[in-house]
Amino acid sequence: MPTPEYLLPLLVLLPFIGSVIAACMPSDARNREAWLAGGVSLCGLLLVVWLYPAIVDGGVAHFRLEWMPLQGVAFSLRLDGLAWLFSLLVLGIGALVVLYARYYMSPEDPVPRFFSFLLAFMGSMLGVVLSGNLIQLVVFWELTSITSFLLIAYWHHRIDARRGARMAFTVTATGGLCLLAGVLIIGHIVGSYELDAVLAAGELVKGHPWYVPALVLVALGALTKSAQFPFHFWLPHAMAAPTPVSSYLHSATMVKAGVFLLMRLWPTLSGTPEWTWIVAGAGVLTMLIGAFAAIFQHDLKGLLAYSTISHLGLITVLLGIGTPLAMVAAIFHTLNHATFKASLFMAAGIIDHETGTRDMRVLRGLRQALPITATLAIVASGAMAGVPLLNGFISKEMFFAEALLVGGSENWWMSWAAVAMGVFGVAYSLRFISVFFGRLPVDLPRAPHEPPRWMRFPVECLVLLCLLVGVAPGLVVGPVLEYAVESVLGARTPHYDLAVWHGFNLPLLMSLAALVGGVLFYTALRRYYDLAARERVPVLYRFNGAQAYETAMLRLTAGMSWLVKRLSTRRLQPQLLLLMVALVAVPVLLARPPALLVFDPTMLAGADPLFALMWVIGCGCALAAAWQAKYHRLAALILVGGTGIVTSMTFLWLSAPDLALTQLMVETVTTVLILLGLRWLPPRIVPRELNIKVPRMVWLRRSRDMAVAVIGGLAMATVSYVVLVRPQPPSIGDFFLLRALSEGGGTNVVNVLLVDFRGFDTMGEITVLAIVALTVYALLRRFRPAPESVALPAQQAGGIDPASAQTPAEQAERGYLLVAGVYLRALLPFMGLAAVYFFMRGHNLPGGGFVAGLIFSVAIIVQYMLAGTAWVESHLRLQPHRWLAWGLGVAAMTGIGAWLLGYPFLTSHTAHLHLPVLGEVHVPSAFMFDLGVFMVVVGSTMLILVALAHQSIRSHRVPGSTGAPPRADQAQEAG
Amino acid sequence: METVIAIAIGVLFGSGLWLVLRPRTFQVITGLLLMSYAVNLFIFIMGRLWVNAPPLTLGEGVPDPNTFADPLPQALVLTAIVIGFATTALFLVVMIGARGLTGTDHVDGEEGDE
Repeated sequence: MPTPEYLLPLLVLLPFIGSVIAACMPSDARNREAWLAGGVSLCGLLLVVWLYPAIVDGGVAHFRLEWMPLQGVAFSLRLDGLAWLFSLLVLGIGALVVLYARYYMSPEDPVPRFFSFLLAFMGSMLGVVLSGNLIQLVVFWELTSITSFLLIAYWHHRIDARRGARMAFTVTATGGLCLLAGVLIIGHIVGSYELDAVLAAGELVKGHPWYVPALVLVALGALTKSAQFPFHFWLPHAMAAPTPVSSYLHSATMVKAGVFLLMRLWPTLSGTPEWTWIVAGAGVLTMLIGAFAAIFQHDLKGLLAYSTISHLGLITVLLGIGTPLAMVAAIFHTLNHATFKASLFMAAGIIDHETGTRDMRVLRGLRQALPITATLAIVASGAMAGVPLLNGFISKEMFFAEALLVGGSENWWMSWAAVAMGVFGVAYSLRFISVFFGRLPVDLPRAPHEPPRWMRFPVECLVLLCLLVGVAPGLVVGPVLEYAVESVLGARTPHYDLAVWHGFNLPLLMSLAALVGGVLFYTALRRYYDLAARERVPVLYRFNGAQAYETAMLRLTAGMSWLVKRLSTRRLQPQLLLLMVALVAVPVLLARPPALLVFDPTMLAGADPLFALMWVIGCGCALAAAWQAKYHRLAALILVGGTGIVTSMTFLWLSAPDLALTQLMVETVTTVLILLGLRWLPPRIVPRELNIKVPRMVWLRRSRDMAVAVIGGLAMATVSYVVLVRPQPPSIGDFFLLRALSEGGGTNVVNVLLVDFRGFDTMGEITVLAIVALTVYALLRRFRPAPESVALPAQQAGGIDPASAQTPAEQAERGYLLVAGVYLRALLPFMGLAAVYFFMRGHNLPGGGFVAGLIFSVAIIVQYMLAGTAWVESHLRLQPHRWLAWGLGVAAMTGIGAWLLGYPFLTSHTAHLHLPVLGEVHVPSAFMFDLGVFMVVVGSTMLILVALAHQSIRSHRVPGSTGAPPRADQAQEAG
Repeated sequence: METVIAIAIGVLFGSGLWLVLRPRTFQVITGLLLMSYAVNLFIFIMGRLWVNAPPLTLGEGVPDPNTFADPLPQALVLTAIVIGFATTALFLVVMIGARGLTGTDHVDGEEGDE
């Protein structure tokens, strides 16, 4: 038999796996879906039963998988009595709900989505109850909120479903965030998020000054989830969900997560006056408000929703009271409420399904049409009202006893609140069953009859349980309850007696008073108040939580859009200005330069005059480019190229040959790239020729930008100078210099760094390169040029130049490009050879995959520039996509190869081969990686440039014109 | 040498900054090119200036790190140059695409008051 340690993760994972499978099924596979979901629940149930021996007599089963051991984060599962009981509830009722849903859902509904969400919820809920770590618990907690949101909005074409889902999610997820904050505080106090440690540290937490904030935050999480006052309003709106969901999530399980959390953390947090006031206070109010409001609902599910709120309030009160016996009652009532309320929801669903309405003002006499369902529902309502010999009676009596105990003489209101809740409970139960009595109306939307046999079966099971527990509680749930209680209370577990009959005592009297009072109250309401005509709940309608929520959300949205309007802009220039000012100002302010550096001619001493002259040219180019970029784009581009060449030469001068090569090649491809783009920009005429005066505002703005630019440049120069005159602190560069040859197998340290030491980084970089290339390609597929750019440029269309009558290929074959054509075509193999040369020597001398790839691309681009796309592509089959794919594949496979030999990803290995002619050759695996880099660089450069070049020979649809596009053979190549 | 490089970085950065704040897309792309030169040089000089000391450990025996330029900034800048090309290409395509869709080459997709 497998150990429980491995069954636990299986238990949590199983529903999630089922969820994924369900999502992949076809939409009409109603039966297969149901079998799958039912199978998963039943398997889970079996596992839970199998695990029972592990929790007997206070046993705890653990499963722990280290995740981030240094941070103390682990995936940890923990099964004790309480978790076992809740798992049983989740899976048992889950299985019944699946069976019910099979018949409830109509064939038109997209069932895979439903079962997929339902199973995902089941997994999340199991995650909550089985979590052995508080953070992990919060994660699953939020997952239940999300699945609940998805399930409420299942019929998303309905506005009430969307609204209810949004409301439920906002409230519970906000509570979840509070819970996360609370859990973080607790973890900080205890020093661990593991449940075992937290449970053992009760005294420490309660004595800590941060106890109250932690308690308030955790309580906010629990109270929002369990729909407690003042957050109860979301639950009635969640009734827009399909009834199986209401029955499962919003009565039996998810809303119980809140009380589960309070039970779970009971040993850590309870026992202080703050606990009692917050938890019991919210509970009492919820219990009374829910029960009172339930009486005045007209919707069957609405009544049940408010009743659920009230019963959850009752459990919360019990937890707030904080005595061990109250804990027993709370756990017991959680179990009982789940059974009778789930069955009642299902009965309400059957009524809805069979009659087409849930309106209690219309429904009458259903006992005649649905005799069996009616009997079952009446018995379950009895349990809800607390009628003797049914399970609700026993736990409610325990509640009365506890209320009396705390109430006593001082807090007498507690006892009265308990009785009032009992009276209201009986009244709304009567209201519920009133639909079965009287004369059957003839004008119902559908003629009702009994539902299919198996749709009623879950209700029968649950009602049978209500009866069994009610008659012989000790026999049916005794041990299970005891282990659950023991797991919370430990040594404080009280002695209690699960029995129907405790003799004549005050709690029994209270039960009887509630029953009689409830009957009288309901009769009085019907006789003198005319329930059916009331549109709203008396008194309470003034405190409309949903309305307050909507108002708050509206105000929030309005406030935020006001802020966005005030604080943000969609214009690029102000954004860039802010960004640049911050970029310059923040480092300067942080670095606090000692004093303004004053330029001094002696600072130039030692500078090579040639180097200085080079930069006079470089700076001149940059300034001229800045000056000319608006009206003379081509000139600006050439000037920028000049700066680039100077930069490249600087790299060469300053001992960085690899950089110089790369910069030079990138400069080439960038120039070609931008040249290809120039064609699509609008012509711009210098305003002086149009006699336009520049307005003052524009002058001011330019002056401001100029000031920013000058200050930015000065700051950058100062920072650079300050850095340069300081000695370099020890750098990790030394490490690479020392190890490049011995461990990387190459003497070119920069290349070894790229393909070996920082290979993973380079892997990421070439991936980015490939993604950018594909993005460019994808963006250009939908490219629509501006109308005036579509026509041929004037220089080509005129016909003055005889060359314009020839295609580019003809120009190169026999036109004015003949000399260049012969020369450049002869150059192709040599450039290819140069690429191979730089690639091969890259590991030891300047070169490598990046440089070689760029050289190779330039070799091909030159052919494109010479003879045009059509000629090149008819002579050369180049598929840049394949280069990309192969390159990434080769690089990744090299990395993975290290795994096969038992080393970490991308570990390099040098093989020594003896070849017949060449002698001994060192082939490091980094060489293969560099090959991947080479291919990706070639692929992406070619893909980008060729895609851009192709725009010119594509026939474009002119926006807004219906005329035929220009013929492809008349169109021209660019570049 | 230090002064020349520092002034050069300042001038390139300032020119780029001015252009990046201009309203036309081509000005912005030119500005980004100039700025990337400045930034690449700035990262590069973090390894200080070395003449005739490329990081090629060709000699026999254990190399002395104090006689070579720092290879780390060089490796960083090498990848930055290549990625810079890719982002320029992306920006260029967005630029001409926006020009086709909006009918203007203003950075906001609509003519401002300049």
